[in-house]
Amino acid sequence: MTRKITLSRAINEAMFEEMHRDKSVIVMGEDVAEAGHPFKFFQGLVDEFGTGRVIDTPIAEPGYMGIAVGAAMTGTRPVVDLMFGDFLFLTMDQLCNQAAKAHYMSGGKLNVPLVVHTNLGASRRSAAQHSQSIHALVAHIPGIKVVLPSSALEAKGLLKTAIRDDNPVVIFHDKMMYNEKVEVPEDEFLIPFGQANILREGNDITLVGTSSMVAVCSAAAELLGASGISAEVIDPRTIVPLDEATIINSVKKTSRAIVVDEGHQNFGVTAEIAARISEKAFYFLDAPVGRMGAMDVPIPFSPALEDLTVPKAEGVAKWAMRLCGRDVKNVA
Amino acid sequence: MKKASTGGKGNNVEDYLRMYSQMVKIRVFEDKANQLYLEAKMPGLTHMYSGEEAVAVGICEALSACDKITSTHRGHGHCLAKGAAFKEMFCELLGKAEGYCRGKGGSMHIADQENGNLGANAIVGGSMGIATGSALSAKLKKKKEVTVCFFGDGATAQGLMYETMNMAALWKLPVIYACENNGYSEYTPTAEIAAGSIVARAEAFGIEAHKVDGQDVLAVNKLACELAGRARRGEGPFFIELATYRYHGHHVGDIDRSYYRSKEEETDWKNNRDPINIFKKWLVKQGITTVNELAVVDKKILTDATISLEYALAAPYPPPEEVDAHVFSGVAHTLPYLTGVVE
Repeated sequence: MTRKITLSRAINEAMFEEMHRDKSVIVMGEDVAEAGHPFKFFQGLVDEFGTGRVIDTPIAEPGYMGIAVGAAMTGTRPVVDLMFGDFLFLTMDQLCNQAAKAHYMSGGKLNVPLVVHTNLGASRRSAAQHSQSIHALVAHIPGIKVVLPSSALEAKGLLKTAIRDDNPVVIFHDKMMYNEKVEVPEDEFLIPFGQANILREGNDITLVGTSSMVAVCSAAAELLGASGISAEVIDPRTIVPLDEATIINSVKKTSRAIVVDEGHQNFGVTAEIAARISEKAFYFLDAPVGRMGAMDVPIPFSPALEDLTVPKAEGVAKWAMRLCGRDVKNVA
Repeated sequence: MKKASTGGKGNNVEDYLRMYSQMVKIRVFEDKANQLYLEAKMPGLTHMYSGEEAVAVGICEALSACDKITSTHRGHGHCLAKGAAFKEMFCELLGKAEGYCRGKGGSMHIADQENGNLGANAIVGGSMGIATGSALSAKLKKKKEVTVCFFGDGATAQGLMYETMNMAALWKLPVIYACENNGYSEYTPTAEIAAGSIVARAEAFGIEAHKVDGQDVLAVNKLACELAGRARRGEGPFFIELATYRYHGHHVGDIDRSYYRSKEEETDWKNNRDPINIFKKWLVKQGITTVNELAVVDKKILTDATISLEYALAAPYPPPEEVDAHVFSGVAHTLPYLTGVVE
């Protein structure tokens, strides 16, 4: 049985289920307890589990990230909430120098089962310090798994997997999607890391989209379908680890690919995935691998400007048409 | 584990002698490590703890194996004081497979979980959060464990310290912040990098702070026993500033130190404030032991260190296939894992 729930609700359910299942799971962050988080997805947790396990912190991201790392090393399983992904920059030493490396530097002795729960995405008119998508930054550091759910369904299954993982995991939700509803099973389920999801099968071009860009790719595939182009849409779900086989096999079939991700395009996720496609499916390609990321400018406040920085379905469809050798004027 | 107290003459002879030998172990280990560097037998650099032995030993003798510590780049003393063995330590310094971290951490990252050592840290002040988080775990699990966070005067300039002390005080965590003030922040006198009072910074958070002579192992141990006991009873956190001195430079390669401190100053500390000599004199004066008995202890430690070092020098390096092991827990080899290959 399924029912439609929002992404916020999916997060809430995952937290309730995991905190009931395992007493060592705690939540830490700003306004996570009585306030239930400014985005409200932690509502009710403090009533159920108490302030010992749902911990309001001062506004001190490096400090509570560090405390979570130490707690994780000693038998606690913290879910650390960063209200905006942009605040990751504040926590870089504790996340990238400490959490990411502790298992390796100790020769496998110390485990850091830590979940960093945060978000990405522009279009909320929040300007340059509350709109970034900086998941490529942490994906660059060995020792951190990076999870990019693309819906409430994905969020619930992936967050539960993240909480059970014995390693640092950073999970980025698309903040524009908190109130979007999709069908989610009532029964418990998990979604494993490293297994991409093929949302739509097609033969002419592969559209690889992450997080917020999965919906953009699906909408582009609809537009392309109206023009007689059959697009395959793939959501990698996690970029560390990355399910290469599903992407490469798809491109071998379609011979064309565009990678779409909301991080900045320079040195980003699109570059990484495009490079892997170029290396591993080179002789199957009929066109250069396309990539579309956020424009390489700080995200502007003005709606007129902000909307120019994020890939749109029409843009993806137009590029796909070109790669398929079709006249772009025909895009529906 | 039985712990030293500072009762009168003749009390806890065993404990006093263990404190003495723990300090000598550290000194001997560091002399050997320094020699390895001078003979170009050690990869990289290392930071000597010599001169600061009473700090690590005085504190760690107040702890048991389940209590936790976090350590620093100048961490050999903390590791040994918390129970680490010569052989695995030398192996780690030399990057050998039998090292505490299979050679992956080296001098600045020795972690020894069995003895409660959550790891040395090469980021100055980098373990403030880890120690505080360990104390949070103890509180959540209602364990009577204490965590000691060792750090130097240099780390008092890091913002993380104030964020974590704030939370430790708010949440009454069983953590003791132990500031080893050796007078120098790398190559700069502490007076040039630390404004005002160091203990007052802790006091501003309502944390009870103490100053103690870091060269007097009995004074350190007495204070540490008292504070550890109180922290176990939920009275923490606490802060200690320990006045001490590092005999070597910032690291083994810091040979010419004349531009930041004088030879006379170094000689004065070594001749008049050496923690091992001070304790040795006290032990003999109290009639607890004799100079000759202590010489036997010294000799045995030196022999143990020599044998362990020889073993480590001959020990094998980790095999190449270990290079991508231990990146993720539960993943034998990371490189295929990153491409989605399921083991």
